[in-house]
Amino acid sequence: MTYQLETAQHPISLRRVAIDPVSRVEGHGKVTILLDDQNKVHQVRLHIVEFRGFEKFIQGRPYWEVPVMVQRLCGICPVSHHLAASKALDVIVGAKKLTPAAEKLRRLMHYGQMLQSHALHFFHLCSPDLLFGFDSDVTRRNIVGVALAHPEIAKQGVLLRKFGQEVIRVTAGKRVHGTGAVPGGMNKSLTVAERDELLKDIYHIVQWSRDAVSLIQKVHTQDPGLYNSFGIFRSNFMSLVGHNGDLDFYHGTLRARDDNGKLIFDHLDYQNYNQVIEEEVRPWSYMKFPYIRAIGKEHGWYKVGPLARVQNCKQISTPFAERERKEFVDYAGGTPMHAPLAYHWTRMIEMLHAAEVIKELLHDDDLLSDDLMVEGERQMEGVGVIEAPRGTLFHHYQVDENDVITMANLIVSTTNNNQAMNEAIRHVARRYLHGREVTEGLLNHIEVAIRAFDPCLSCATHALGKMPLEVELLDVEGNRVHSLSRS
Amino acid sequence: MSLTFTLDGKTIPFEDGQTIIQAAGKAGVFIPHLCYHPEFKPHGSCKLCTVKVNGRHTASCTMRAMPGMVVESDTEEINAERRALTQMLFVEGNHFCPSCEKSGNCQLQATAYHLGMMSPHYDHFFPNRPVDASHPEVLLDFNRCILCSLCVRASRDVDGKNVFALSGRGIKTHLIVNARSGQLGDTDFALADKAAQVCPVGVILRKRQGFAVPIGERKYDKAPIAETVTEGK
Repeated sequence: MTYQLETAQHPISLRRVAIDPVSRVEGHGKVTILLDDQNKVHQVRLHIVEFRGFEKFIQGRPYWEVPVMVQRLCGICPVSHHLAASKALDVIVGAKKLTPAAEKLRRLMHYGQMLQSHALHFFHLCSPDLLFGFDSDVTRRNIVGVALAHPEIAKQGVLLRKFGQEVIRVTAGKRVHGTGAVPGGMNKSLTVAERDELLKDIYHIVQWSRDAVSLIQKVHTQDPGLYNSFGIFRSNFMSLVGHNGDLDFYHGTLRARDDNGKLIFDHLDYQNYNQVIEEEVRPWSYMKFPYIRAIGKEHGWYKVGPLARVQNCKQISTPFAERERKEFVDYAGGTPMHAPLAYHWTRMIEMLHAAEVIKELLHDDDLLSDDLMVEGERQMEGVGVIEAPRGTLFHHYQVDENDVITMANLIVSTTNNNQAMNEAIRHVARRYLHGREVTEGLLNHIEVAIRAFDPCLSCATHALGKMPLEVELLDVEGNRVHSLSRS
Repeated sequence: MSLTFTLDGKTIPFEDGQTIIQAAGKAGVFIPHLCYHPEFKPHGSCKLCTVKVNGRHTASCTMRAMPGMVVESDTEEINAERRALTQMLFVEGNHFCPSCEKSGNCQLQATAYHLGMMSPHYDHFFPNRPVDASHPEVLLDFNRCILCSLCVRASRDVDGKNVFALSGRGIKTHLIVNARSGQLGDTDFALADKAAQVCPVGVILRKRQGFAVPIGERKYDKAPIAETVTEGK
């Protein structure tokens, strides 16, 4: 099931093709491919080559600073880190249950982020591939190309993201890297004016989200040969689910299923996550490889994110999204769907759910309440888990008696999907690169597979055609045989 | 007949014994400063309040106003010098505004904005300065110390405790705590002390407050420093 194409037996005799960098935003990613003289693929790896070090350098810092500091890990979904850290520190300050206002405000912030991040990923980064084709004309395979060919779709994508950013701004104080959540609650509620401003647009947002689900469903179902098989691999999957088994991005318990949908564990209190999850280090990447302990590292890896969440939950609490979930499950035929491109479909179902939840919350007067903080008996250790846009996110801290962080462990969504992304690009490399000369279009197939999982690695590709991509084909002596570059 | 001098062409009245910055503040004219505080004797160390008096540089917090003085303050040349001094303060310590809980309430940050500082310009020193979290109510984050000595003066002159001192010389000057262990927790320092209230940056912090005040409601979110500081407050 795994490790095929991870390590070639005789790499010295093979040619190396590198995609370096794959992305230019959240850490640099690199893909290396080793080919023999017949262009047969022997090794494919997605490397994360940038070392961040947050777990180390927040040691020695006061705990109340952490939710604001660690969100700098990411510029796309900082709210996830902000809230996961805050949830862990809620445990530290003894806030076992937040006030209704604080929990709803955090939920609003988080679902706003889910909306904006999913919109960004689908419309800005991926829709050019999906609408024009993976190896279509590179000069128009970007959001500007989408805006020219499908102006209404592009406009809705931009406005959906803008609305999500506004939700974040009114709850966190800023669109990016705000300070709304604090250990034990929130530092601000909504004003009537802020709420009413959002209420003006939310009905459009729900409708546009429904349209987005219809769009990706149509794209997917029109070409099942491609969409159901591109980069496919089978794996376990894991996510938070709400206490009643519903889809829940903010809080719940951990549930994992195997590739046939059979439960591996369920109702797991995430304070005990390290009893079931282990992280493996491999020498060629700074990103660890998590796996489920009970199954072992060879077969215990899993995928997280929309495809896992939508198939892991019992139902979705909002009506439009639930209807779409059922259609998706029916399309999959009653067994788990493993195709990476189905991430896009489930991602849009989640965006619709986020829009519906925001609509419900905006009608709840608790958002205007100033009852925002609780505290209790101080603890020395806490874990916070949240479903970030691209998957399950773990924050784990220990704090000493002087309020200083002594230990931090973060397992981010990208890490959880590490093996899964590697498997997807290996499948694509075997299927599309085999025996062919490297072209930009073929390389984009590799990136399409990565992009399906995680825009933190796939972003920038369509940034107005300026993705810094350089590919070199070297012979055994390291001489450049062929190269392509894009800058 | 009242006493006056001119500051950037404006006539500023003053009383005998007042410094230039005191008279300017009373007249509602802002002169950038960090180590000056109207409740304490001037220290004259940060040099941000430097002005030109009759063509010569001097610290406006230590120079007494005299009748007929011609003082220049808000000029391109002097503000460029102030900006360079501010940049040096930023690189000497570890001032990471994005995750600093004093952001929005910090006089150094507000002054940098006032002076149009767009980057640190100089290479960062990145000194290694662990925090002192030993006190139950107050955290000391030495990373942000600009050696203004306001806590030294407040503890000595108001609180009568002598908890803080500046030690070392030149570039090695640093803030120390007057305890055998060097830890704030081993002193009689209290949250109610004047020294706990005067830090213009994010060194002396009340514990567990952090980001309780949201963005947009902090002191310099509401008005830039030139509009909030008069008479050095």
